[in-house]
Amino acid sequence: MLSMHLAALTDGLPDGVDDASALVDGFDDALTHGLGRLGEPQAAALEALAAALSAAPLGPAIAEAAAKAGSGSPSEDGLGLLAAGRAALLGAVHDALLGRFDTAAGRVRAAWDEPAPEPPGGTNLLAGARSWLHEVAVTGWRGVGHDLVSAVDPTVEALLADPGSRRIAALMDGLAAELRASSPVATMARVPARRWGDLWSRPMLLTWQDGASGGRAEPVSGRLLPLGVDVHEHPTAVQIQVHGVLESGEGKRLVRASVSAGKVDTIVGPAIWRLLDDFPVLLAALAGQRAVEIDGMPLLPGGDLLWSEDAADLGESADPFATARLQLDEATAPPVPPLERHPVRIAEPVLLEGYRVDGGDLVLDDHRLRIETGNLPGSGPLTPELVRASSTCVGLVRWDAAGWSLRPLAVQAVVKKKPVTAHGGEWALGPTDPKIVKAQAKSGDAVAVLRERAGRLLRK
Amino acid sequence: MSNEDADDLAWERSAVVRVTPSAKARKLAKVPFVEMADGRLQGVVSSGSDIARVYVSSIAAETHAFSCSTNNNRPCGGLTGGYMCKHLQSLVAEAVLQYGNERVGQFLGIEGDDLNAGLRDGSKESAPAAVVFNRFLRHLAYLELPARNAPVPEMQWFPAGAVG
Ligand SMILES: [Zn+2]
Repeated sequence: MLSMHLAALTDGLPDGVDDASALVDGFDDALTHGLGRLGEPQAAALEALAAALSAAPLGPAIAEAAAKAGSGSPSEDGLGLLAAGRAALLGAVHDALLGRFDTAAGRVRAAWDEPAPEPPGGTNLLAGARSWLHEVAVTGWRGVGHDLVSAVDPTVEALLADPGSRRIAALMDGLAAELRASSPVATMARVPARRWGDLWSRPMLLTWQDGASGGRAEPVSGRLLPLGVDVHEHPTAVQIQVHGVLESGEGKRLVRASVSAGKVDTIVGPAIWRLLDDFPVLLAALAGQRAVEIDGMPLLPGGDLLWSEDAADLGESADPFATARLQLDEATAPPVPPLERHPVRIAEPVLLEGYRVDGGDLVLDDHRLRIETGNLPGSGPLTPELVRASSTCVGLVRWDAAGWSLRPLAVQAVVKKKPVTAHGGEWALGPTDPKIVKAQAKSGDAVAVLRERAGRLLRK
Repeated sequence: MSNEDADDLAWERSAVVRVTPSAKARKLAKVPFVEMADGRLQGVVSSGSDIARVYVSSIAAETHAFSCSTNNNRPCGGLTGGYMCKHLQSLVAEAVLQYGNERVGQFLGIEGDDLNAGLRDGSKESAPAAVVFNRFLRHLAYLELPARNAPVPEMQWFPAGAVG
């Protein structure tokens, strides 16, 4: 990404983004308040959301749901429609922002030509989730306390045990953990209204859609050149998302490979990699900056490889900075599956070079991009100091209320006059920094300790 | 609008913000499980002598009433008189490592930094160990979930370091 690309990216917001965000804010305020006791302004906000969607196929149904919710008696189906309306607005915001990025960065993106995934029939488990989400919405975040949070435990436990429900399970468990730690929410100085609105409406939609795949997978073969790894975690789940370029007979494509596992809150920092030891080739590629030879691995139309160790062989050295320099501009980006369209989904790999860091911003000529130094994962060697001293970065361009930002995946810096390179996935097979090795030795192997207990207590 | 109000507004309108501080790494061999839930600081403490035995220890918020027994509900021999046994002392010490002194103090309703002094007003009570022990088993069950190779797009709301 050159300074002119950065200038085009950050030159004001695309049309309609502010308006759509304001409508979502209105909905989120109603959810904070509680749909069972809406005041005049909140009811009006729901009507405004419905009015904005009047031309959509679900428009009339959403308007009816908004009216019913406004009168204090929202039904479960009605809440599903309102969640769909909110998601449609954020989907449009996503499209506008991603379109802006693609234009600014000159990224070519394939079109989505799959049919929208078929929603499978809801199970009893999903009905349980829906009824809890309904109760939460009627109560409002401000009314949430320990009892309401604990009430979801059996549902989450059952969802976790069902492999087809892992998406909604991981999401609702993450939401429940935040609510539990914040209970009683009435005592919170401020409520993360947009975030919890998101974490409420996505599972609401998933109670109708979970298990739907992101389209039909096709086997692909070729060479995967990793660019870096993005780590996602909450107290009881971890996911690593590897971004890379896949070279195959059909040219160069941007792809991602995501693997996840259950965890507990005491497994943090470099210990998380141990939870993913079912994927030794993937971890070795990250730890050693190596390519992976792929043979017949399924690829979803949204650019997600369904990682299979049997279809993967560790390849030669492949420097992510070289990949970013030589391959990124030529690679075609995948389309975003319709059900995943949301600004939080935007995570576009880019290379930035020759910048300086000023305060929290990366500065290239006169153009600025906020660089995320406050939330670097503890699972890798990237530190705020290193990022501030860097002048080259492979990272993900992201968007949130504060605007565009860059999440670093790997940096090249000069520290004490010596060049230093650090990749977020460098410790995937264990930390290489002696200080971290020592700290880990001192605290012991958390994963091994807990697995040993689990083996003894759960399988006797 | 002041800067602080503007910050609050951006925070309220952000999809990714830190709601709860993440737990700190600690040695798990002695106290494999600690939580602040159901109005109690509670957890599981390994027996020093018998690898197959664990103690379930808990302290109630506000009243500071404490209990300790084996997972089979045998009373802890160390819990004599009005004093906390070594399991309860370990539970508090490890909770402080995991959550920080401030959060533990707030949860238990203790004013000031000295948790041990703040807990002196509690007395012994008997609490069933089974509930806490089952929560420990549920906690361990997360590690038995099979790893998954299909994307969980919802985890985008939980970037490492930002939340969790
Ligand atoms: Zn004891």
